[in-house]
Amino acid sequence: MIHPPYLSPDYRSTVLRAPAQAPVAFKGDPDAIELTSPVFGHDEVGALDNDLTRQHEGEPIGERVIVTGRILDSSGRPVRDTLVELWQANAAGRYAHELDQHPAPLDPNFTGAGRCLTDSDGRYRFVTIKPGAYPWRNHHNAWRPAHLHFSVFGRAFTERLVTQMYFPGDPLMAFDPIYRSIPDEASRQRLISAFSMDLTEPEWALGYTFDIVLGSTPTESS
Amino acid sequence: MTLTPSQTVGPFFSHALPYAHDWELVPDSYAGAVTLTGHVYDGDGAPVPDALLELWLGQTGDRGVLRRGSGLVSGFGRCATAADGSFRFRTARPSGPYLSLQVFARGLLRSVLTRVYLEDRPDPLLDSLEPARRKTLIAEGADGRYRFDVRLQGDGETVFLDF
Repeated sequence: MIHPPYLSPDYRSTVLRAPAQAPVAFKGDPDAIELTSPVFGHDEVGALDNDLTRQHEGEPIGERVIVTGRILDSSGRPVRDTLVELWQANAAGRYAHELDQHPAPLDPNFTGAGRCLTDSDGRYRFVTIKPGAYPWRNHHNAWRPAHLHFSVFGRAFTERLVTQMYFPGDPLMAFDPIYRSIPDEASRQRLISAFSMDLTEPEWALGYTFDIVLGSTPTESS
Repeated sequence: MTLTPSQTVGPFFSHALPYAHDWELVPDSYAGAVTLTGHVYDGDGAPVPDALLELWLGQTGDRGVLRRGSGLVSGFGRCATAADGSFRFRTARPSGPYLSLQVFARGLLRSVLTRVYLEDRPDPLLDSLEPARRKTLIAEGADGRYRFDVRLQGDGETVFLDF
């Protein structure tokens, strides 16, 4: 199983929100609109929308990072011109969200939201700062590992994916019910970015790579 | 290749994913506009105040997906639920009998995908469901105003789809 089961009781919020019934398998209709996806125009995304460090007057506090990778289908082919959205906490582990109660400072120079379209090679690229870990009250002394939220569209509404990217070597992953809700170890590893010295820019920022592989639609696999 | 697994959208996305006019697939002046409203409920029947819904008509249209331009119809819309679990969309009537609706929320480790049928009619998917379950996919209303609730779990649980 690739995806986490909806009901993962160690993550308490799943208990009343996980569907009790199995999803109804509905395959074989080539005209189902779910097999298509929005097409994005390049004028819909600003040139700086992928740089989360340049959205305010000053620079955000934190460790500058470059995060790049390719959006691929299950055969390894690039998914071009698709929308990738990224959002995250600041370097202190606080979201620019009114309901985040974590007593860590907000950063007036960091909103923590960006987006871009993939290029002809399926590649996206963001410049941001490394988010901090934060407590989340799921259980005693619960802390989320540092993570970036990703949203990807792909070629079909059935491939629509929201996920999280983690950083290599983070000791909190071993204790995190959200990361650990993924049953299969190889699938878990998919969510851990790789540090890259080649991407790292001298006197500027650390580089990480993170590829995202989307599921194929029934049409493509048939 | 190993697919990338899903993770929850979490509780804190409303500073990032909503955008101007995201719930308005058509402008206010659009002749024949359809208003779709409803609530998202959990297994206790409590409203879900931190869900994100996405509506897809099956065609991109000419109004833009992210930047609502001067065109008439966008095929895609997005709406974060309010504190009372409510959502709303203003859309064109789909060319077929249904709209595609995807729901993300804290506590959903993977999104759920369902369909909103604007009328009950013979249909390969609807006809495969028991009457009580079939009912969960059919919006109530007429004349361009429809209601559709999403029940994530328990009594009246919405039918979710696996393609």
